[in-house]
Order: sequence, then C-alpha cells, then structure tokens
Amino acid sequence: MPQVIAGDGSRIWMLRDRKAQFTRWAAWLVGTIIFLWCWQRISEATEWFFVWDAPRIAADIGNRAMPPRWSYMDKLWAPLWDTLNIATLGTFFALIMAVPVAFLAARNTTPSALFIRPIALLIIVSTRSINSLIWALLLVAIIGPGIFAGMVAIAIRSVGFCAKLLYEAIEEIDAKQVEAIIATGASRWQVMAYGIVPQIMPAFAGIAVFRWDINIRESTVLGLVGAGGIGLQLKGSLDTLAWPQVTLILIVIFATVILSEWVSAKVRGAVI
Amino acid sequence: MLRLEGLTKVYPTGDKALTDVTLDIPDGEVVALIGPSGAGKSTLIRCINRLVQPSSGRAILDGTDITALGSGGLRRMRRRMGMIFQEYALVERLTVMENVLSGRLGYVGFWRSYFRKYPQSDVDEAYRLLDRVGLLEMVDKRADELSGGQRQRVGIARALIQDPALLLVDEPTASLDPKTSRQIMRLIRELCEERGLSAIINIHDVKLAQMFVQRVIGLTKGVVQFDGPPDALTEDVLTTIYGEEDWKETIRKVEGGADDEEEAA
Amino acid sequence: MSATLETRIGQPWKKPPFIKRPWLRWTLIIGGLLYFVVAMASMEVNWARVWQGLERGGQFVLAFTNPDFTSRATDIREGLIESAIMTVAATVVGIALSIPIALGAARNIAPLPVYLVCRGIVALSRALNEIIVAILLVAIFGFGPLAGFLTLAFASIGFLAKLLAEDIEDLDRSQAEAVKATGGSWLQWINYGVQPQVMPRLIGLSMYRLDINFRESAVLGLVGAGGIGATLNTAFDRYEFDTAAAILIIIIAVVMALEYLSGIIRARVQ
Repeated sequence: MPQVIAGDGSRIWMLRDRKAQFTRWAAWLVGTIIFLWCWQRISEATEWFFVWDAPRIAADIGNRAMPPRWSYMDKLWAPLWDTLNIATLGTFFALIMAVPVAFLAARNTTPSALFIRPIALLIIVSTRSINSLIWALLLVAIIGPGIFAGMVAIAIRSVGFCAKLLYEAIEEIDAKQVEAIIATGASRWQVMAYGIVPQIMPAFAGIAVFRWDINIRESTVLGLVGAGGIGLQLKGSLDTLAWPQVTLILIVIFATVILSEWVSAKVRGAVI
Repeated sequence: MLRLEGLTKVYPTGDKALTDVTLDIPDGEVVALIGPSGAGKSTLIRCINRLVQPSSGRAILDGTDITALGSGGLRRMRRRMGMIFQEYALVERLTVMENVLSGRLGYVGFWRSYFRKYPQSDVDEAYRLLDRVGLLEMVDKRADELSGGQRQRVGIARALIQDPALLLVDEPTASLDPKTSRQIMRLIRELCEERGLSAIINIHDVKLAQMFVQRVIGLTKGVVQFDGPPDALTEDVLTTIYGEEDWKETIRKVEGGADDEEEAA
Repeated sequence: MSATLETRIGQPWKKPPFIKRPWLRWTLIIGGLLYFVVAMASMEVNWARVWQGLERGGQFVLAFTNPDFTSRATDIREGLIESAIMTVAATVVGIALSIPIALGAARNIAPLPVYLVCRGIVALSRALNEIIVAILLVAIFGFGPLAGFLTLAFASIGFLAKLLAEDIEDLDRSQAEAVKATGGSWLQWINYGVQPQVMPRLIGLSMYRLDINFRESAVLGLVGAGGIGATLNTAFDRYEFDTAAAILIIIIAVVMALEYLSGIIRARVQ
C-alpha cells in the first residue's frame, strides 16, 4: 500500500483511506476463498492417480502419435472442402438474417422500442449464448447428421454475434447525415439506403470477415457431433485410437486456422 | 411565401425552445436569423420542415399548412424546402455526384435511387449545379476527400437540385474559415437571386449577416426580439438580443450616426 | 470550365465501381457466384429427413414454452455447479497467467526472445479450438472437471494475453516514460507507468472472458470434460427436449446476467 511515513512514524499520506482499504482486503479475501473452494471441488472430482500418471500417458500418446500418417491426407481433402463450405455458407446466411435483426435492435432504427426491440435483443442474446456445437447437436437430432446441419448451426450461432456488432455500429452512425437525407423528402427506405447503409458498410465488411474467421475454427470441430466437416474424421480416428491420423488432422486444422486468419487479415486490410 | 403563425416548441424535458413565433417571409427574401446559442434558431428552421415536430402553431408554405400534413404529404413538401447544414452533413462515403443526386430522392422511386438510375434530366441538372458551384471536376470524388468549403458547395448543390421554393440554412459558415465563409454566403445569396428563392439563414456572425441579407430577425430564448433591415441593428438592439457586451466592433459601420459614435469614441 | 460542362451534359452517369480493375472485378463476381453454386450443391440435403425432423423441431420449440426443470433437477444442479466452478477457477488462473505472458508479448516492453516465446504461446492457444484441447486433456488426465478447467484456463490465456499485449503496445508512452525518468526499477515502472493505464481494460476483458468461459463450459461436457454439457448431451440423446430446453434457458439466463453485470462493472472502472 503506497504511503508516506514521517520521521516519527505517523502516516503523512496514504493512497486510500482506512475504509476503502478494508473493503479492498475483504474483496480479495472473499475472492481467494471462492477460488480455493472451487479448486477444492475440482480436486475432489479428480482421480489424482491419473493425474500423477499423466506425464507417462502423455508420453505414451505422443510416442504413438508420431510420426503423423501423411498418407491419410488423401481422405482429408473432401472433409476440408466441406468444412470451408460450412463456414462460408453459414456466415453468408447468418449475415442475411443478421441485417434485419440489427436494424430492429438498434435504438435509432427500430420501429418500436417497446415491443420489437426486446424481441430482436432476445434473438441476439439467445443465439449468441449457445455454442455452435450445441446448436449442431440439436440440429443433428432434428434434421439428421450431415454438413447441412453443420451449416445451419454455424448460421444460427453467428446471427446473434453479427447482429450485435452491427446494431452497435448502427447506433454509432452520424445522425446529421441521416437528417440531411430525411430533409430532401426521401422515403423511409431511401433514408436507409442513402443515410444509414453507406455509413455502416465498413463495419459490416469487418464483421463478416471477422466472423468467417471464427466460423472456420468452429466448423473444424462440428463433426464431433456428426455435423460434417473434418471433425468427423477426427472423431473416427479418436474412436479407433488411430493416433497418427489424429496428429495429421490436428496439423491440418492448425494450418487451416492460420491460413484463414491470414486471409481475413488481408481482406480486412483491402476493404477498410 | 412562407408564413409562421404562433409556432411554439416545448421539448419533452420542459425546455421552451420557441414561443409563439409569427413571421411572414415573402418570395425571394433572404433572412438572417441571429441570436445566442440555445436561442432556438436551429429549432425554428427544423420546425418548418418538421425535422423537429412543433408543439403548436402553424407553418404555411405557399398556402399549404406544413404542420397539418401526413407523412406522404410532408415528404412531397420537404422537396420544396432545401436544407443546408452546419457540418455539411454529406454522406461521407458516397461520391459527390451521389450526394448531389440524393437531393432528388423525393422525386424518384426506391429502386431507381438504389441502383443510381436517375433520369438523365436529373444528372444533367447535377452537372449544371456542380459547374455553377465550381466542382465539376470533383464529380466522382468521395465526399470525405473534399475540403470544408468544397463540401459546403456540394451541400448547396444538393439543396438546389431539389428545385426548392425555400432554403433553410443552418449555420452554413460555422465550420469554415473567414474567407470561405464569405464565398459561401455570397454563393447562397447569388443563387437565391438567380432562382428567386427565399431563404432563412441561421448565423452567428452578425457582420457577415449584414453583408449579405435584406432582413435580420433576432431571436432570444425562443422569442423574436428584433425584425428589421440589417442597418437597423444598433448596439442597443444587439444588447437586447445577446445581452450586455461591447458591440462596436461586431456591427458594420454604415449610417452617419454609427460613424459619429465611432469618432466620438 | 463551361466547355467541360458542354461535354458532360447529356452524358449518362454511373457510380464508379468499387473495384477499379474490370478483370479483377469480374473474376471476383463470377468466382463468387460459381463458388456459391458449387458449395450449395455439395450440401446434399436429405429433404425427406429434414421434413421428418421438422416435427421434432416443432416439439423442441414447443418445449421452450414448457421447460422441465424438475425431473432431472439434481443432474442440472450438479452440472451447473461444476460449470460455474470450472469457469471461476479457470478465469482466475487464466488472468494470473496471462498478465506475465501479455507483458512478454508486448514488443515495447519485452526483449525479442521473450516476445517470440510469448507470442508463440498466444498463437497456439488461439489456434486450437477448446474442444480439441479438451479431448487431448481428457485423454491425458482422465474424465472430469480438471480437464475442463485446464482447457478453459489455456484458452483464456490466448484471449486475454493477446488483447492485453495489444493494449500495452498502444499505451501512452509519455506517461510510462515519465515514471521511467524518476529512476524506478523495472517492476516499479510496470506498477506505476503501465498498470494504471491497462487496469480498466484488464477488468473489462476479464469479465468478458468469464462470460465466454461459462458458455464454453457448456460444451466441454460433450467430450467428458465436466460441466453442464454432459447433462445437456444426455437430454438430447434421450430426446428429452423439455429438459434440454430448461438447460438452455438457464445458460441463456446466466449469460445475460453476466453480461449485465460486466456492463455495470466496466462502466464503473472506466
């Protein structure tokens, strides 16, 4: 605690007064207790024998996983293509759905702040709160396994994300430009097309690329629940304990993610 | 001819922005609206084209009561009133041409405007106006590439292509340097004369107003305090509008009386 | 001037295209359309199956109007508590570890070798999907929340350290240099020159990460790494949509509450 103490030992200056200092210590204490309790619960639920054994198991898996089975690559091109399609089409359809939701959710464009805005916000928060893997799980149960379920899962998960960022962008636009278009006698839709859309285009492009990048990552694992893509091969290899294949798939996923990050950075640079 | 009858605006917060403003502005007259910040100048011109909804009173343009119009009628009426803004209010990411053509939005349908398929007559008129304001070379430049004075010229072209009967001008020079300010004011004045437009110009700079208008209206706390020719603006009048200050340097020295005072001091 | 006006009048006007080079523009347009068609064709939708599924989908949507919180109440409660525990512990550990890594990953503070190592950790953590990490950790440490906790902590490091490092790189040099000029040690410099500037951001990011970790903890159960996800998976497998709906509603409610809370906290620290 920063303080200045005079020669006779009395404090001349201190950063916080006694009460604030006490509150801080109490908060730290409570936080520490909560953390320790959490740790204790985790520890109780853990079979420590396995944990002590972990280095040996890890080494064992590592031994079996090396070298990667490169010949398996032949079977990965098709799922990789599926993965790309799931992410790209999912992002595309998500954006189509996100635009109207965003306009309904933004305070300055919503037709009714009392009724429609809460509904739009509910759509945003509920699609956003649930992981795409859970959406995929659900959709596989409903419409059957396959990349279509994966694409729909990605699309639904992305709607809330894109709509949230987009409606924040809409709320930040310059109202004077909109006012000027209204003053020309333009209709409601013309005001949208001339006053609002040009202002949010850069944000829209940025969001689209950003989300596409995330969706590539997410669609690599959708196959674990049967929703197509390279995750399907990953699950098959894991289930049969084919570790050299797992290694290869992980390498491929890693490379794909790095590549998509590079592409999205390039596109963002070109558009904005 | 524009007629305001008892125009009053009370904001939901309870602030009384305008109180019982009654005015007649004949065709072709250019009027400056002066007054301190917060006097209700912006509110007054926005009440005329109903960007701000007046609380009571009427605004009548060429016999039509604007305050009584429904949304379709209001949009048709807004075409008759060109507006020019303080910060230009161009759509920054559109080209100069698109900004000028946006003044025709009230005349063309949605899809035509969306695909930028304006009638050739509109495009020709846009070229003529851009030539008139000296920006013909800038047609395909994006608005955010222009300087302040150039942007305001685009704003003027956008207002004029509406083929208005009335110009509502909100602080056209507040963001410009003194020289550009004069050029812009002169341009507005000339265009009003060429086309027989009336205009209401909100303006801070009293001297500049005196140079270019035929009539000055002083507004204080939403009430009209002064209405007369620019030369009748004396120090006493400015004191009633703006409050106690030394006004000698602010007004244009024209009449003998004012000059005598100057010499005596 | 008027000569150019003469030449312009009567000429049609077209908006200048966004991409100036025509060959590039048309390649992109045609390529994009072609990709769209090919990708759509690869979807292989079994419409009969989808049609059948619609009824089940309807049931699921209806289940939201009548969620069943009670019949699996014990499972739900235990799953939720486990998720919460994993979330809190992983966020705390993630923050604690991400601060030194962020300092190391900020080019204006760290020497090059440290910088490269820390950036490498961040890149690895961000590139590996949580689920994949969880699968590996479950294989190594066995089933249970420990694997989930480690997964979330590892993912938090990548997220927090990256954003924090960018923040440190952006910080106001003059303030930090003023502290350096007083002749303090490196630690004092961090404490007085750097920490006050990035602290509000760190708190905001931590709250955000807490929120993300909770959402992620809901899926880790699918691969045996503990939390509410296992309960949810069971509910789907048994087509107990009313229980699944109940769990999803709880997740949404918790996420909303966390967002609200983090909004308040962020407003207070900034």
